[in-house]
Amino acid sequence: MKNILKISYLIIFLLAGTLTVNSAEKVDLLKTDWSFKGLFGKFDRGSLQRGYQVYTEVCASCHSMKYVSYRNLFEPGGPEFTKDQAKAIAAGFEVTDGPNSDGEMFVRPAKLSDKFVMPFANVKAAQAANGGAYPPDMSVLAKARSGGVDYIYSVLLGYEDPPSGVTLEDGVYYNKYMYGNNIKMSEPLSDGLVEYSDGTTASKEQMAKDVTTFLMWAAEPHLEARHKMGFRAILYLIILTILVYFSMKKIWSRIESEV
Amino acid sequence: MSDHEYVPASKFGKWFNDRLPLLSLASHLTDYPTPKNLNYWWTFGGILTFCLITQIVTGLTLAMHYIAHADLAFESVEHIMRDVNYGWLIRYIHANGASMFFLAVYIHIFRSLFYGSYKSPREIIWIIGIIIYLLMMAAAFMGYVLPWGQMSFWGATVITNLFSAIPLVGEGIVNWLWGGYSVDNPTLTRFFTLHYLIPFLILGLVVLHIWALHIPGNNNPVGIDVKKPSKDTVPFHPYIVIKDAFALLMFTIVFAFFVFYSPNILGHADNYIEANPMVTPAHIVPEWYLLPFYAILRSVPDKLMGVVAMLSAILILAALPWLDTSKIRSAVFRPLYKQFYWILVVDVLVLGYVGAMPAEGLYLLIARVATAYYFIHFLIILPVLGFKEKTIPLPLSITEPVLGGMPMASAVKKKESLN
Amino acid sequence: MSEKKPERREFLFTASYAVGAVGVGAVVWPLVDQMNPDASVKALASTEVDVSAVQSGKSITVLWRGKPVFIKRRTPEEIAEARAVKMEDLKDPQKDEDRAKNPEWLVMVGVCTHLGCVPLNDKGDYNGWFCPCHGSHYDTSGRIRKGPAPLNMEVPKYEFVNSNTIKIG
Repeated sequence: MKNILKISYLIIFLLAGTLTVNSAEKVDLLKTDWSFKGLFGKFDRGSLQRGYQVYTEVCASCHSMKYVSYRNLFEPGGPEFTKDQAKAIAAGFEVTDGPNSDGEMFVRPAKLSDKFVMPFANVKAAQAANGGAYPPDMSVLAKARSGGVDYIYSVLLGYEDPPSGVTLEDGVYYNKYMYGNNIKMSEPLSDGLVEYSDGTTASKEQMAKDVTTFLMWAAEPHLEARHKMGFRAILYLIILTILVYFSMKKIWSRIESEV
Repeated sequence: MSDHEYVPASKFGKWFNDRLPLLSLASHLTDYPTPKNLNYWWTFGGILTFCLITQIVTGLTLAMHYIAHADLAFESVEHIMRDVNYGWLIRYIHANGASMFFLAVYIHIFRSLFYGSYKSPREIIWIIGIIIYLLMMAAAFMGYVLPWGQMSFWGATVITNLFSAIPLVGEGIVNWLWGGYSVDNPTLTRFFTLHYLIPFLILGLVVLHIWALHIPGNNNPVGIDVKKPSKDTVPFHPYIVIKDAFALLMFTIVFAFFVFYSPNILGHADNYIEANPMVTPAHIVPEWYLLPFYAILRSVPDKLMGVVAMLSAILILAALPWLDTSKIRSAVFRPLYKQFYWILVVDVLVLGYVGAMPAEGLYLLIARVATAYYFIHFLIILPVLGFKEKTIPLPLSITEPVLGGMPMASAVKKKESLN
Repeated sequence: MSEKKPERREFLFTASYAVGAVGVGAVVWPLVDQMNPDASVKALASTEVDVSAVQSGKSITVLWRGKPVFIKRRTPEEIAEARAVKMEDLKDPQKDEDRAKNPEWLVMVGVCTHLGCVPLNDKGDYNGWFCPCHGSHYDTSGRIRKGPAPLNMEVPKYEFVNSNTIKIG
């Protein structure tokens, strides 16, 4: 019996060893400082506003963001544009509404309550315009990729010439961090592509960071409220736990003194 | 059910209690004699009750906003996350609550395995527990389908396809489950209905589970029968209540950490992509709590036998009170069993790990070895061990000093040995 | 010393209960508040209506916040009738001038103040509206005149964006 046990332990240790060796083969993603990570993590408002600019000027021509509304742009915890700014942004887009009393659909400027206007009418139209690839909706993209914001940031900056021996089809690009390394989106960012109104230099890295921050907010608009509430909740629980711990000691001391 | 005759003090109380003995029940529950040497592993029953209530309450509120329709489900979940007041909080509690529920239930089950709580006279408690566990898996699986993300859709497809392994009628059953020729809107609406129903079935079974427990009373870390009430027992209230409360609070701190700081870490990124019947995600994995069974399923090369192996892995637990031939309950007094117990724990963890990995090469080999060991443990080791093992002599009572040193000091608290 | 002990013990328990109760309250609130109108519902607070096609003496009904809103273009006779009513005759005294700033247009929530039914136009003893559910009569200004309803029909916040368009809310 004892020998069987020893052999089993040996097997387990060997297995554990091989498993850890096996799992180390992933590409390391690029890292940057995200202000929204950590216990007190908050979004950088400037970065969110710049990120919105990058999104509208660069991404939005192909990528929809159909679960985000214009009103979200001024709500607390987000880019916090003023309400008038948000209204002006919305008014720059047209939505089809209706039917009116004549039974006709009509076009009107978007309102704060409208969702972000989509660049294509539907998925099929988006595919037709993009060589068969559907540019994914960006509303929850930051949560929909393993690696999250680091992954998106890395892909944005991961365009490279294909290594020798790798041939790519037309309309396919090589990206160091993309799953499978093939991406149908051409490199979206280049230095100075947008002009930031706050004077920040629009380097490729800066834009990637800003737009990724914006995507994180779009995916998780209540992140700041969550962090704030979480800190309070856990602090509260710790205090109550300590109180209950001492209550428990008191109560159980009755038994121990009796016996 | 009553251990002693309870007479309410007030006249109205007596009048009411004669007609519906709720006060007698309350008195039974508060006075219920509990072994005083229960350690913190015993607090998970209370924690599980908390988990069930939390899931039911958050689930009810989510159901007020969720729309069970293939075209609208994903959107309605985003609506909950973005617009509904505290919707994000309630959904994250519900989603992480499922994981916390399973974490607690696994600790509860493995506590039972260590201290032999499934043995006579507690077989019925154990079997009801297994049924609850099965229902929990069903509820969790169907709940995971509801957000109608990619993992929802393909998880549903893969799991329902398990039934196609049944010879002759398999395909018919699968179409019946789906209400069509693929997972689609009819599947979603029935899963929602059942996901809503099952927690209440579990609640009913929990009542039976506790009822059955209150007949013989709790097992304890020493595993010997306790005379009740006696100096070996304490009334449930306030002693056990306060201890459970303390453990529950510790548990909620962990829970809160997940909800507020890593709400998506236990989920899968692909489930934030809306279901698409045309594209399967590269790597389909169930939620972490189902991974060991998933590994068992994949370790068998035959479709039908894989399903049979997976189901057997769960159902074998129901036969455990009879497979384990040892009369000694607590592993504290079973030196060999204790070692095999820990090997089983590692075996299940390994199964969970390879369940998350691709089913190929070394992983597949490990999965097969671990699966084989899992069954060997229950079918061969346990029955044989009961006859072969030399056990440590049991003390006469849980308050009696134990000579020769405890093999597991934390199992039997020091203060007991002071008495 | 042994006399002091129970007091400290009680304080500890009281503190635990009190802190615990605060937590229960904090947990209950989100569960209650989730049933309140959500952010997307609140954002839909206003609606614009084109009234250029409404003839004198006719009315249209539009939906605002899920409720019908009557927009009536009143005839001079109807206006005169509404303005001639003495305040003493009214259950819920309100001047027509206060209800319809532009006398030609009466805008009000078309919900009976009794139990929420939608009254019928051009019915009842006062040439206004009549609620078929429990027989409340409203005049040409939408004021309650007879029947169980306690109040006049509610005038929502609205404004003329231009001469043809009314913005409600």
